Amino acid sequence: MDFSLFIPETYLLLLALFFFCLTLWKVSADRIQGVALFLTAVGVVISLAAVHVSGETFYRAYRVDLFSQLFKVLICLGFFLVVLLSRKLKGIEEPLQPEFFMFFSLSALGLTILVSSVELLTIFVAMELSSYPLYILIPMRSRSGGQPMEAGIKYIIFGAAATGIMIFGMSYVFGLTQSTYLADILPKMSVLLKEPVSAVGLLLILSGFFFKLAVVPLHFWTPDVYEGTANETVSFIATLPKLAAVALMLRIVSLAGAGSVNLVQALVLLAAISMTFGNLAALVQTDLKRLLAYSSIAHAGYILLGVLSLNAAGFSAAVYHITAYLLMNLACFLVICTVSREGENVSIADLAGLYRRSPLLAFTLAVGAFALAGIPPTAGFTGKLFLFTAALNQGHLALVVIAAVNTAISIYYYLNIVRSAYGHDPDGLPEVTLSFSNRVLNFGLILVILLLGILPTWFIDLAKTACKTILS
Amino acid sequence: MDFLIPNQLGYPILSTIIFLPLAGAVVLFFLRGEKAVRLWSLIVSLATFILSLPLYFYFDKTTHKYQFAEHLPWIPSFKIHYTVGVDGISLLLVLLSTLLIPICVLASWKYIDKRVKEFHFSLLLMETACVGVFSALDFVLFYIFFEAMLVPMYLLIAVWGGPDKVYASLKFFIYTMAGSVFLLVAMIALYLNAGTFSIPELMTHTYSFTFQCWVFLAMGFAFAIKVPMAPLHTWLPAAHVEAPTAGSVILASILLKLGTYGFVRFCLPITPQASVFFAPYVYAISLLSIIYGGYVALGQVDMKRLIAYSSVAHMGFVTLGTFVFNRNGLEGAMMQMINHGVTTGALFLCVGIIYERSHSRLISVNSGISKIMPIYIGFLGLFSLSSMAFPGTNSFVGELLVLLGTFAEHKWVGALVIPGVVLAAAYMLRLLQKIAWGGEGNPSFSDMNLREIIYLAPLVIFVLWIGFSPGPFLEVMHASVDHLIQQVQAGNAALLVK
Repeated sequence: MDFSLFIPETYLLLLALFFFCLTLWKVSADRIQGVALFLTAVGVVISLAAVHVSGETFYRAYRVDLFSQLFKVLICLGFFLVVLLSRKLKGIEEPLQPEFFMFFSLSALGLTILVSSVELLTIFVAMELSSYPLYILIPMRSRSGGQPMEAGIKYIIFGAAATGIMIFGMSYVFGLTQSTYLADILPKMSVLLKEPVSAVGLLLILSGFFFKLAVVPLHFWTPDVYEGTANETVSFIATLPKLAAVALMLRIVSLAGAGSVNLVQALVLLAAISMTFGNLAALVQTDLKRLLAYSSIAHAGYILLGVLSLNAAGFSAAVYHITAYLLMNLACFLVICTVSREGENVSIADLAGLYRRSPLLAFTLAVGAFALAGIPPTAGFTGKLFLFTAALNQGHLALVVIAAVNTAISIYYYLNIVRSAYGHDPDGLPEVTLSFSNRVLNFGLILVILLLGILPTWFIDLAKTACKTILS
Repeated sequence: MDFLIPNQLGYPILSTIIFLPLAGAVVLFFLRGEKAVRLWSLIVSLATFILSLPLYFYFDKTTHKYQFAEHLPWIPSFKIHYTVGVDGISLLLVLLSTLLIPICVLASWKYIDKRVKEFHFSLLLMETACVGVFSALDFVLFYIFFEAMLVPMYLLIAVWGGPDKVYASLKFFIYTMAGSVFLLVAMIALYLNAGTFSIPELMTHTYSFTFQCWVFLAMGFAFAIKVPMAPLHTWLPAAHVEAPTAGSVILASILLKLGTYGFVRFCLPITPQASVFFAPYVYAISLLSIIYGGYVALGQVDMKRLIAYSSVAHMGFVTLGTFVFNRNGLEGAMMQMINHGVTTGALFLCVGIIYERSHSRLISVNSGISKIMPIYIGFLGLFSLSSMAFPGTNSFVGELLVLLGTFAEHKWVGALVIPGVVLAAAYMLRLLQKIAWGGEGNPSFSDMNLREIIYLAPLVIFVLWIGFSPGPFLEVMHASVDHLIQQVQAGNAALLVK
């Protein structure tokens, strides 16, 4: 076994063990956070160094290629950003903070393993490894409001049901092809494509990832979990598992190849329902996290546009958009975590006059919201342009028109956020002071969201090269 | 790219005037003090205007090709380029944009007293988007500027607007966005059909008639909202009434032109058959806009609302002239775009001036001030005459050309427009009569100061200059308009052959 293939994962494992050791000592919260920040930054560097490594290990169950490495970089980057934006960690009791970082590391480890898995059981195990820490993390909220227990139970039950459905689908595929290796399934699948049962099998496997990505009908957990969980924890749940879910959806869907009409039709339907439901439900939300939850359901629908195109252009558009989504969502969560004083939930009304209370934060929020709405020149627009082009190129005109109308609908609630921050007066709400690291993160996110939107070439080309490795 | 004449001025003039305001806007954040901010913003916008003048003086009037062009690869995998250039259709609109921004800065000197830095930031951002959108020759680039314009405009209304600003700004944003998502779909459909985002190249492809119709409808919907054509106009009065003076001026003079510019730049040359096919419907909607806008303007008590409805009517002339597909009609339409920009912009500035004194836009509050503010009434009178297309003013030239063009093609349509012309005289004279001589004026009003005279003076010059000698403005259009008519005819000739 070539150990060099496994370096980023090993690092995350050691990180989890390190935090486990920290739980045994009494260390000040501030120091723990500083150490976590440094170590996750090292994680980003290590994953970057491993980008161009490729090979197979663990008896062909584990493939390291550009596609998986790209996602590992994004996961490590997202992990670092989440730790950075939870600098004060108001939502978690102080004695529990080492555990908080330990479980994050474990979940990130699960996700990095997941994106490299090319064997059904490995996928299942990695998926569980990434989910269990989250089941524990969700109820770990301090007494700052919300219903963390309810959120935790909902996440476990829905998660367990979704993985159950997923493994049921795996049994179908195994029954059809007598193999759990994706590489062996692929040639057999192309023969079986005309049988509806193959599409059912793939769709059931995909359910596990639909759950993570919050695609209708596996979206029910999203608003309640977002609302009930500590802000810092949600910023993790809302971004990183979705990255891995997109990666795995692309791997599974690529099994179907170009001829799979049944599967594509099902995905078209799910995409249309997801974005319409998400956007309509978001219109009436007053809690910012609930709003972002419904917006995430809508975005899952947009991303399906790229997935169901079944070609490199569509896949790379999906990768691009989920990356943009990671950044713009984190920009919004940065605002939530900073505005929240003691870890409580933030409603849209709490943002009133944010412009006066902290101009920089208000600008970050505006950039994040406009990017989610898909206004140029942000990355959100460029992502939508790529997704629409890919889907229209495959002849999904009706779906693209639905997506376009949805974009117009979504403007209303994103503007509501901006309007609250810029249009209203603070009315006695306190000023928000930003620490140095928070300031840097603000500038960084604004800059990256704009730059990725204006100069997408290198990233989309990289994503395309990566997606070609899983399509061949 | 044989449609482009590369820029030979030695420096990238279009990129300079597009991005200079943006750079100036960024610098604003490092300035302290309101006065410094205002002064800097004035300097930047004036510099942009002066730098844009060579566009006119070095413009080659004999060719329809896009001049001062810059062509750079941007997103190669999607064949998206950074292409800018101007022709006879966009040249005057670019110059109008650069002219109006310094005027807006001057007009906001006293009016804006809170969040001054952010106001000028939005204004300069707006200038970048305006100049960019008229000079973009790549569809994606156009779309990005088209949409990017929404954000600063939204902020101008939502932050510095009147009491009902929240409703107005939201309505403005959602209306425009609803239209532009269809533009996005049309853009992608064209790209997939023709394999390019370059606007001049898109014009050279032939598309099937059905495809043209759908693309025309999708783009036409987006542009009709911008124009705005009745019945899609309801966002306009709300936005105008609530926007600060500078916002109203930019909205009326530049943003509305995007709709009609879109028809001329995209619909006519790219979908010529569909344009001819839908022309009767466009006539009907234009007539509706002219008559309805004028009729509703007649009953307004709010000055800004009155001018907003008059815009609906005036823009009806532009769409009408565009779709008669002859030289007089098209040149009249394009002339009328400039005229509307100058005259309506000036009228909104006039409303702003009186609003700064009385804090009301109601005609009844501001009436009878001819003796108290004689200079003001002089300006208002001239611009009102211009708005009703009085001979000797700019709008007369434009409307006359549109009417000539219309009568040459469809006598009945021309005849039906005439009541609209009469209505224009009625509502503008009513406004002027009430403001100047209607009852006792408030003696505490002071007449216009030097700053106000300075920023209205250039517009007076253009009203009279275009009115008496439209030649210099019309002759830059000839080559481009003739080429456009050829494109429409060639597109339809292909249909007859089939």
